[in-house]
Amino acid sequence: MNEQSVGTILAIVTLQMNMVGGGAPIFFARDEEEQQKVADYLSRILDATAHDLGNGSLILVMH
Amino acid sequence: MFNLIPEYLLVILAGVVAGSVTRVILLRIDYRQYPGYPHGYLGHLFLGFIASALGAVAIPAIMEPDFAAATFLALAAQQFREIRNIERRTLESLERTELVRRGLDYIEGIARTFEARNYLVMGTAFVTSLAAQFGGPAAAFAVAIVAVLFSMYFMSGQVVGSICDVVPARLSFQGAVMMVDEIGIMNVGIKEMREKILRDGLAVKLKPRDGNARATIHDIGQRNAIAFTAAVVLGTKKDVDIPEFTPMARKNPDTGEVGLYIMPVEQDMEQLIAAVKLTPVLESARSKPLQAGVSIKEVKKQVNPHE
Repeated sequence: MNEQSVGTILAIVTLQMNMVGGGAPIFFARDEEEQQKVADYLSRILDATAHDLGNGSLILVMH
Repeated sequence: MFNLIPEYLLVILAGVVAGSVTRVILLRIDYRQYPGYPHGYLGHLFLGFIASALGAVAIPAIMEPDFAAATFLALAAQQFREIRNIERRTLESLERTELVRRGLDYIEGIARTFEARNYLVMGTAFVTSLAAQFGGPAAAFAVAIVAVLFSMYFMSGQVVGSICDVVPARLSFQGAVMMVDEIGIMNVGIKEMREKILRDGLAVKLKPRDGNARATIHDIGQRNAIAFTAAVVLGTKKDVDIPEFTPMARKNPDTGEVGLYIMPVEQDMEQLIAAVKLTPVLESARSKPLQAGVSIKEVKKQVNPHE
């Protein structure tokens, strides 16, 4: 159970190219549909949870 | 001398039988604590047998008198502490591959319970053989029954249902945040997942009946145990690559109420409520801040003598 609050950001899937940067790999998506699809695939591949930041970015976090 | 042997045989036999029966009964009561593992059952039954034999020979050893033999009981206690370690290690190593984890608190509780049970078995065997020695078979039988009942009462412990009300709750989403009634559980980024959760998920709310209960379900280990029990009884759709389906219990920081979310295989609200209610209150989680009143008053007096 992932009760611990610690998590690592494994990847970022974003629509806002100019709003993200930093250590994690960033995937740019053209529209929301593509963003959802990429995030879904990535979450399955990485066994990670996709979280919505509400500003056009999804982060994939390993809990 | 020849007369003595059958007499002691009866005494020891009475103790051993009573002790072993206690072990079997205790094994049955707490199926929740240890689902499956037939080899584990066998191991515990055998250890229970040894424990009862140790308890039963104490009286003949003292009667003989052979006090050196009686001190072997101390050695036995050492042995049973080892049981706790074995249990802990077994469950911890299984935990690594468990999709929904028991949590360390639950494991510690189970390990401690197994140790304590052997002491109860030993105690039952001891008092039964004591009664057999001085009161004959009828007395032994009566004492054995009382001892078994006592053990059952002693080991039954509290369950979550006795300190909290468990009511069905509504799953919803506020933006990406999954809510159980007003309690935020987690952020789910993928829309398909949200739809699936709304379709197949179940949620309940635990309302603590008093401050003690609130402090108990505040404990992460306790909440983990509740989620684990729910997942065992109803099954879970979680898999390695779908961490969103992990059953989760989060609390409302203002009221102390806890919301539990689960993606069950069997979508049965009644079962879920029963499973949550049946979860044992962990020894490490149980706390009684309400009973601290008297000692806190003392401290207050020391801190502020003029009050």
